[in-house]
Amino acid sequence: MKTTILAAAALAAGASFANAQQLAPSPTLDAIKARGNIECGVHLGLPGFSFANDKGEWTGLDVDYCKALAAAVLGDATKVKFTPTSVQQRWPILQSGQVDLLARNSTITFSRNATLGLNFQGINFYEGQTFIVRKKANVKTAADLDGASVCVAAGSTEEKNAADWFRERNLKVTITNFQKNDDAITAYDTGRCDAYTAGVGALAGQRVKLKVPDDHVILTQPISNDPQGPVTRWGDERWQLIVRWVLNGTIAAEALGVTSANVDEMKANSKNTEVRRLLGVEGGFGAMMGLPDDWMYKVIKQVGNYGESFERTVGMGSTLKLERGQNQLWTKGGLLFTPPFQ
Amino acid sequence: MPLTKALALINDKRVRDWIYQLALIVGLVALTVYFVRNASQNMVKAGIASGFDFLWRTSGIDVPFVLTSYTQADNILGLFWAGVANTMLVTVIAIALATLLGFVLGIARLSSHWLLSTLAGAYIEFVRNIPLLFFVLFWYFGVIAALPAPRDSLSVFGIAFLNNRGLTIPLPDAPANFRWAIAAILLAWLAQWLVAFWARRRKDRTGRDAPVVAIGLVLVILVPILAIAWASLATRWDIPILRGFNYRGGFVVIPEFVALLAALVTYTAGFIAEIVRGGIQAVPHGQTEAASALGLRRGPILRFVTIPQALRVMMPPMTNQYLNVLKNSSFGAAIAYPDVVSLFMGSALNNTGQAIEIIAMTLAVYLVIGLAVSALMNWYNARIALVTR
Repeated sequence: MKTTILAAAALAAGASFANAQQLAPSPTLDAIKARGNIECGVHLGLPGFSFANDKGEWTGLDVDYCKALAAAVLGDATKVKFTPTSVQQRWPILQSGQVDLLARNSTITFSRNATLGLNFQGINFYEGQTFIVRKKANVKTAADLDGASVCVAAGSTEEKNAADWFRERNLKVTITNFQKNDDAITAYDTGRCDAYTAGVGALAGQRVKLKVPDDHVILTQPISNDPQGPVTRWGDERWQLIVRWVLNGTIAAEALGVTSANVDEMKANSKNTEVRRLLGVEGGFGAMMGLPDDWMYKVIKQVGNYGESFERTVGMGSTLKLERGQNQLWTKGGLLFTPPFQ
Repeated sequence: MPLTKALALINDKRVRDWIYQLALIVGLVALTVYFVRNASQNMVKAGIASGFDFLWRTSGIDVPFVLTSYTQADNILGLFWAGVANTMLVTVIAIALATLLGFVLGIARLSSHWLLSTLAGAYIEFVRNIPLLFFVLFWYFGVIAALPAPRDSLSVFGIAFLNNRGLTIPLPDAPANFRWAIAAILLAWLAQWLVAFWARRRKDRTGRDAPVVAIGLVLVILVPILAIAWASLATRWDIPILRGFNYRGGFVVIPEFVALLAALVTYTAGFIAEIVRGGIQAVPHGQTEAASALGLRRGPILRFVTIPQALRVMMPPMTNQYLNVLKNSSFGAAIAYPDVVSLFMGSALNNTGQAIEIIAMTLAVYLVIGLAVSALMNWYNARIALVTR
């Protein structure tokens, strides 16, 4: 009798382990699959990063990341619902669970990480804060702005950065804080301020909103380093894992030379084991996160690798014409790298 | 029997009322405690900081228009007070100016002069049917667009300068003289109040008039002019000079303040005008006729018969308007006026992320100021109310 019970118990244990690999529960992923789309918090409208055209189609670097995530999770890059958020709304919307993540041109900082219940899942854009000024003001560096008025979005990292930077140098600058980026840039355009401050990428995007964009110049010397990337709330580690590794995957794909054009060929013929693991030919990496094994194949096929996305949205193929600069792979003199797919 | 005693207590209406009220209070407190506990537990779980410690963290936010001693090296509590002071400043000045403009408009509306009354009527209808935000943005972008760049500033006697960065005015180096001047002015006003009080008592007793107006002119107007003139001449002034981008030195009245003030005044005046008109029309015509039958002229009739009775009707709706001005001052956030909403609920909230604490504190500010305004107005209302004997 005793042995029968023991045998039955052993059998049951064996059967349940023999089942599909057990994964930690992920309420966010389950909700996304049930809903059929990813809810992604983006900027209200920043050309190059997240901008809706007159047909309501979203484009941009952050938007591309959201699409990549949808391709990985749902197999279809179009299954994203974009929620535009202001500087003030962004954290509460994420904290309260109204969006699954933010890809919103937001700077990673210690206190946001430590006190807002937020996790930053990597860096998809190395931003540096600088100023846009009128050409005729003859300003070469930020230090020439002594006595000037500067418009800025309230509650941004730029607001504090600028105040600190000028105070440390004993420069008297009046900082006027607007609730919305758009109001700040309008006020700058009407002459309320001598300069408007934001990240280089953000300035390049907002410059096109000015009445005469060519009358203005963006100072090249950044006063700060503002790395930006996708943000999730605390909890649900498996969802955070997916958000982090889809970003890593797009960077790895560029480093390994996998593009949307050659991905089919690479998947069929590549001898490189890392490429094979990335594209799901071997290793079963997708299943470890509860995704199909060809998750990154779909991302690259539908959205492309990081470099393709960069050139299309903010790089030479866009109106912003930004250099890769720090956002180049580390092997080519930039700062981008990813831990290995091993 | 204790049971019959208990039943008798329950049947007592006063006891029952007490029980209901007690139950309501206990229920409310329990509900509040539940919500607060629930919120704080969920926030701890989500890793969001809570509590009021953040108020003592360095703020690091630069404010272009401060009345307090706040600088960016101060803590967030200092930022909060700077915001509160700016809210109070614009509210108090807007209330005073809107009342003045509203009275003029309301009386013009009642004027027998056709053009005057039609113009006033048109203005009132226009203002009352347009959202305040439109006013604020119109004034703001209108004001900035109309003003010249710093290099082409409009100079006021070479000591004050108006441009699209604001109105730069000289600031005294030593404010001590001005403190003395203000003390002297307050003393003169107190003296005038005492004189008026004495004159009224004497008139009640003997029926004789005293030269109150002449004394008043000296005390209320001449003394302040002399005091300010003395204080200004006896101090050195920090006169703004153009250097680089803008004028340096002095005090800058920012365009956001001017625009918000103008919007609040022009908007609220429309409503106050209607209250004034309603108040005056509520005084029965028989009162005016009776007064003129007694031989009073138009001026005294307005002053002694119509206005005192009209005020009684006007006070309660006027209180509402004053409270609206306070609440509407938060529209300043739309145009970067550094009020408590913009600084505290905007910048500080974003830097600390402590939404619940910050919004509760901002609410408390409006509640406290609002209750103070309505207490003051209720006191005045009780003072001018019809005394029934």
